[in-house]
Amino acid sequence: MSCEKMETRILAYVDGRLKDTERAEMDKHLGGCSACRVRVNEFRAVTDLLDELPVIEPSGAFNARVHALIAAEPEKRRGWLAWFTLSPRIAFAASMLLLLTVWIGSMQGPKQPQIADQDLPVVENADYDVISSFSPLSDLSQAPDDDASDNDASQPQQPQQM
Amino acid sequence: MTVTRTDVQLMLDVKAGDQQSFELLLQRYRTPLVNFLYRMVRNREQAEDLAQEVFLRVYRAREDYEPSAKFTTWLFRIATNLALNSVRDHRYQKLEVSMDAPITADAEDGEERMMEVADEHPDIEQHLVEETRKKMIRHAIEKLPEKQRAAVLLHKYQELDYAEISKILQCSESALKSLLFRAYETLRVELAPLVANAVKH
Repeated sequence: MSCEKMETRILAYVDGRLKDTERAEMDKHLGGCSACRVRVNEFRAVTDLLDELPVIEPSGAFNARVHALIAAEPEKRRGWLAWFTLSPRIAFAASMLLLLTVWIGSMQGPKQPQIADQDLPVVENADYDVISSFSPLSDLSQAPDDDASDNDASQPQQPQQM
Repeated sequence: MTVTRTDVQLMLDVKAGDQQSFELLLQRYRTPLVNFLYRMVRNREQAEDLAQEVFLRVYRAREDYEPSAKFTTWLFRIATNLALNSVRDHRYQKLEVSMDAPITADAEDGEERMMEVADEHPDIEQHLVEETRKKMIRHAIEKLPEKQRAAVLLHKYQELDYAEISKILQCSESALKSLLFRAYETLRVELAPLVANAVKH
């Protein structure tokens, strides 16, 4: 056994906390190492010195102060609300479940029919000639009056009634 | 025949609503806690405040208590954490009184108690020598870093085993042994004159 290894055991040796085998190893080492013997004696002296400190007693009001602190503790909530107060994790799980239910419900609600899904009838009109009926400038006269709309936009807006 | 209930049994009874069991735990641990905290924070008033806080926390936690570890491990872990936080915060720095203050039942009657002690020791010189020794020992403990101090106090005065102390200080057993060795080395150096005197005899 080395002097370095002894360092981890010296205190337990002094206190009598070593196992028999470890104690035997220590005794063997100490038998041949005067430096470690001195160290053991010094550690023993330190522990004896620590025993000299007196024990103090708590003040007379100690227990009364503890009782006062406990008496000042708020009463725990009673009733069904206490179930949530005492189990925040359950309350959280319940709210998550509610959110999930709402989300799934919104996904499976009545769908709006989409145009692509409908079978639109194809009307074939053999009498209608697309080429001859094409008149790109025919709608110009009916175009909306941009100036008029600009004028309208320039009118000061009425402040909104609050 | 009265059978002494273990700490765990008492705490389980507290959990079940038995106030009397809490009183027994209070009676059993108030002195060890106050002494441990006093040597940690070096202020009597603060030590008592912290010890009361420890009991309050035990009471608050009664409904969730599970006997997964020794009761003392749990109790002194609460106390150690409170003490380390308090020392680091220096919240009571202004109120700090040296551990040299007389050891009395109440801090207020310290002077009176000193007079009584002097009366009990007709040999004043011998009394002063003893007081000087105690002062040196207190100073040596005070000078240790907080964690080393806690380890020494739990090991020496509470006589907790290494496994318990390592759980309280949240370190491995080998780290604790190293911590304790360094602490005792420091104490050996600080108390060298007293140690040398003791080894001679």
